[in-house]
Amino acid sequence: MSSPLAELFLREWRVARRIGGSGAMGVVFFLTLVAIVPFAVGPDPHLLARIGPAILWIAALLATLLCLDRLFQADAEDGSLDLFHLSETPLELAVLVKCAAHWAATGLPLVLAAPFLGLMLQQETMALLGVVATLLVGTPALTLIGAIGAAATVTVRRGGLLMALLVLPLTIPVLIFGVSAAEAASGGTVPFYAPFVILCAITLAALALCPFAAAAALRYLGE
Amino acid sequence: MRLSVDDLCVSRGGRLVLDRLSFSVCAGQALVVTGPNGAGKSTLLRALAGLLPRASGGVALAGGAPEAELAQQAHYLAHSDGMKAALTVEENLDFWSRYLAQAPDRRSRSVEAALGVVGLGHVASAPFGVLSAGQKRRAALARLLVAFRPLWLLDEPLTALDRASREKFAAAMRDHCAQGGLIVAATHEPLGLDEAKELALGSAG
Repeated sequence: MSSPLAELFLREWRVARRIGGSGAMGVVFFLTLVAIVPFAVGPDPHLLARIGPAILWIAALLATLLCLDRLFQADAEDGSLDLFHLSETPLELAVLVKCAAHWAATGLPLVLAAPFLGLMLQQETMALLGVVATLLVGTPALTLIGAIGAAATVTVRRGGLLMALLVLPLTIPVLIFGVSAAEAASGGTVPFYAPFVILCAITLAALALCPFAAAAALRYLGE
Repeated sequence: MRLSVDDLCVSRGGRLVLDRLSFSVCAGQALVVTGPNGAGKSTLLRALAGLLPRASGGVALAGGAPEAELAQQAHYLAHSDGMKAALTVEENLDFWSRYLAQAPDRRSRSVEAALGVVGLGHVASAPFGVLSAGQKRRAALARLLVAFRPLWLLDEPLTALDRASREKFAAAMRDHCAQGGLIVAATHEPLGLDEAKELALGSAG
């Protein structure tokens, strides 16, 4: 059972690496978003230090969405999706593995880039650690929730915008608890663990539910 | 092994494309589905593969692996190849051989052997995206060989193939039938199978 899924992970990983772009593109988009914020809100270090975690989280959310629209569309176009339906491996597990590979190729680079971008936003060490920890836990949830949108728009040409409209409202809980945990890490009235544990719970719930929702959408639209 | 279809009805977009269609195919037999454009050839194959919902009627594959569903014993080959342009031909086939054939079967061929059968051995390590249309088709046909599944559902399998490749593929189909396989192929052109049955679908009403 594990071997076909490992093969699928490797295939997705190789495609992501060879086509290039998606991972690097997400990071560059992330960098650009973070870099333009001081132009909009002004270069006041105190202000940037205060809103830094929120900026990093919003930028990570948008960068994740940017990379997600081709998650299933490429497979639908080249016919791989039909063949996934014919395999003994349940579609839900295939969806989960595709999300895992996609996160490793695009989500993880964002997490790794976050501390460097945090320095641009006057973040202290504790705040940087908080942002990295919350992004590490929270971005898988963004990818998984986004997978539902990617599956629901799989037959729509240029469905990226529609996908963002569908997915953004669903990511609000992740954003709320991610940002509040990241801000709590550098001091504040709320302890770090309370929002962080809820963020972990949201990710686990997304892990359990989203593959079923995305696979159901793919089954329905495949017909 | 026997594929039997009883009173199959399939509708697409509110229109009944297949109306109470019945036929059966035995092990070692090939069925060629013919008919004008829009007659429902592709719809029939997708419905057999379970990719389209059946409005009514039954499709059963008797005598196969008892636990497996029909879809898991079938290869489906349509206009798209199911291959990633960024991966090499070998990597693509290797992936499908492991993903589609989970229990090892002695009738499954190795990737090299399958590429040899379709005459693509020399481009095994080339990215799939750089192949010509005919070579892509041959690589897609090699997918049928690397993972043995008894039922082949082929939708216009000969598109873009030259004469030599058609003969090679006809030989591969005869081999498949000799191993007890079943073939249902929708095509406008002769497949090169002498003993194939023919099912003519009516014109689109």
